Amino acid sequence: MSDLRELYQEVILDHNKKPRNKGTLENPTSTAEGYNPLCGDHIHVYLNVEDGVIKDIKFDGCGCAISTASASLMTEALKGRSVEEVQRVFEKFHRLLTDEDPDEQFFEDFDALMALSGVREFPVRVKCATLAWHTLNEALKGGERVATTE
Amino acid sequence: MKTREAIDIEQIRGDFPILRETVHGKPLVYLDNAATSQRPRQVVEAVKIFCEHDNANIHRGVHMLSQRATEQYERSRKAVQKFVNARKPQEIVFTRGTTEAINFVASAWGTKNLKPGDEILLSQMEHHSNIVPWQMLCERTGASIKVVDVTDQGELDIEDFKRKLSDRTKLVSLTHVSNALGTINPVKQLAELAHQAGALMLVDGAQSVPHLKIDVQDLDADFFAFSGHKVYGPTGIGVLYGKYGLLESMPPYQGGGDMIRRVTFEKTDYAEPPARFEAGTPNISGAVGLMAAISYVESIGLDAIAEHERELIGYANARLSEIDGLRIIGTAENKGSVVSFVVDGIHPHDLGTILDMDGVAIRAGHHCAQPLMARFGVPATARASVAVYNTQDEIDALAQSIRKAKELLS
Repeated sequence: MSDLRELYQEVILDHNKKPRNKGTLENPTSTAEGYNPLCGDHIHVYLNVEDGVIKDIKFDGCGCAISTASASLMTEALKGRSVEEVQRVFEKFHRLLTDEDPDEQFFEDFDALMALSGVREFPVRVKCATLAWHTLNEALKGGERVATTE
Repeated sequence: MKTREAIDIEQIRGDFPILRETVHGKPLVYLDNAATSQRPRQVVEAVKIFCEHDNANIHRGVHMLSQRATEQYERSRKAVQKFVNARKPQEIVFTRGTTEAINFVASAWGTKNLKPGDEILLSQMEHHSNIVPWQMLCERTGASIKVVDVTDQGELDIEDFKRKLSDRTKLVSLTHVSNALGTINPVKQLAELAHQAGALMLVDGAQSVPHLKIDVQDLDADFFAFSGHKVYGPTGIGVLYGKYGLLESMPPYQGGGDMIRRVTFEKTDYAEPPARFEAGTPNISGAVGLMAAISYVESIGLDAIAEHERELIGYANARLSEIDGLRIIGTAENKGSVVSFVVDGIHPHDLGTILDMDGVAIRAGHHCAQPLMARFGVPATARASVAVYNTQDEIDALAQSIRKAKELLS
């Protein structure tokens, strides 16, 4: 049960039930569709990027609690951030999910994302937690793109 | 009618050492049998004895071990023949599994016999392995696919089947038992309709062979495919049954050793079936394991197994239906050893993780049946599937763990 509580922390449950920035953007500068063929999770990410800064970001789709919460937390963490920053955050975030020794200091700026650190004990769920991020990466390449976790 | 005493559940559980495993400190409750079943020690032992005493390549050595290996491999073929009641052992082709068996028919029979305008009739409840090989075949030949609807209960819509069957239909390829819903399809009746329309009938028996007595002659299936690992045997061994005349008319699927009569660089004469379709060294120890698995199943009796599983699924339906917000997907009248469900507000993937922490192994996902998931408007389901060794206590553990998941995620 303790491991499960680590995975399904209050923050995760809250973001799963009340996802932030869920929906679509009217005139996005780019969008991407993400898909996890293993479980069927499906997500869209919509971006408004101006002068290299993420002015607005929304997501839509259906997935498990981990992927929904991760998408929701991602949009909150990255709104207003520069596109350049995103890659670094994703790398750190990925390490948080997979590494014994994540850069905890880094997450002082993104402390909400720490709620997903429990995923580390559930390797099969890492793809759930990163689907939104992979999709965002595709969206940042511009146009309309498709990402998959496979 | 047989009673539950027809099988000795304690003795059967004793045959499966893996059932004594603990997972996350809890006794394993293995309810993912539709994905793969566990192997009794009789199967493990048979493979071990073969590897330790008889292993050699088949059909070519004059030495003793090669003869022993060949003899066992061919004995397995005969065991399969009797198990599904084929007319002769030459109608049994060993494959890697159901997937390869279907690909083999698509490739060998389909490429030769289909042309633009021809149709293949499938259903909405097919596994991807009974969809994709036909799509690939259609790309090669210009034939097209028609899809029979599934009703809200998860049954094949027979009227729709009749509507879509026509003289353009060259092959009907249907699952016997749905891996995602458990629905048992009336394949005998459908084969008759297919034949009246002049089409052949392939039955995907991956999910039926472990649970129902199969008689390919009675079903009048032209092709019947199944996997060893879902019927208590090893992975990597499966079967394609084909009516001999059909097999005889089919070109090879792969070229290589063991499938030829005579090779020169000018021309090669192919061997007769089944050797024609078994190029290269096959999974010999797998065939030995499959023979042991068949013998194990027959020692208990498929009728007794089916009865036990029917009771368990009935019990599971009742227990799971008591849980608020749980909806069972697929409520066909004639249903096999699967119960597929969704729980309000809980994604099946989360359910799978939480159940796993209680040692309860189920499948969560689209079950390689995405068109069917789309039909029911769900991205995925949770699926519990039973085998001969499962018990009501294990169903109780499943139900209790689902309640815990609801508590945790609410």
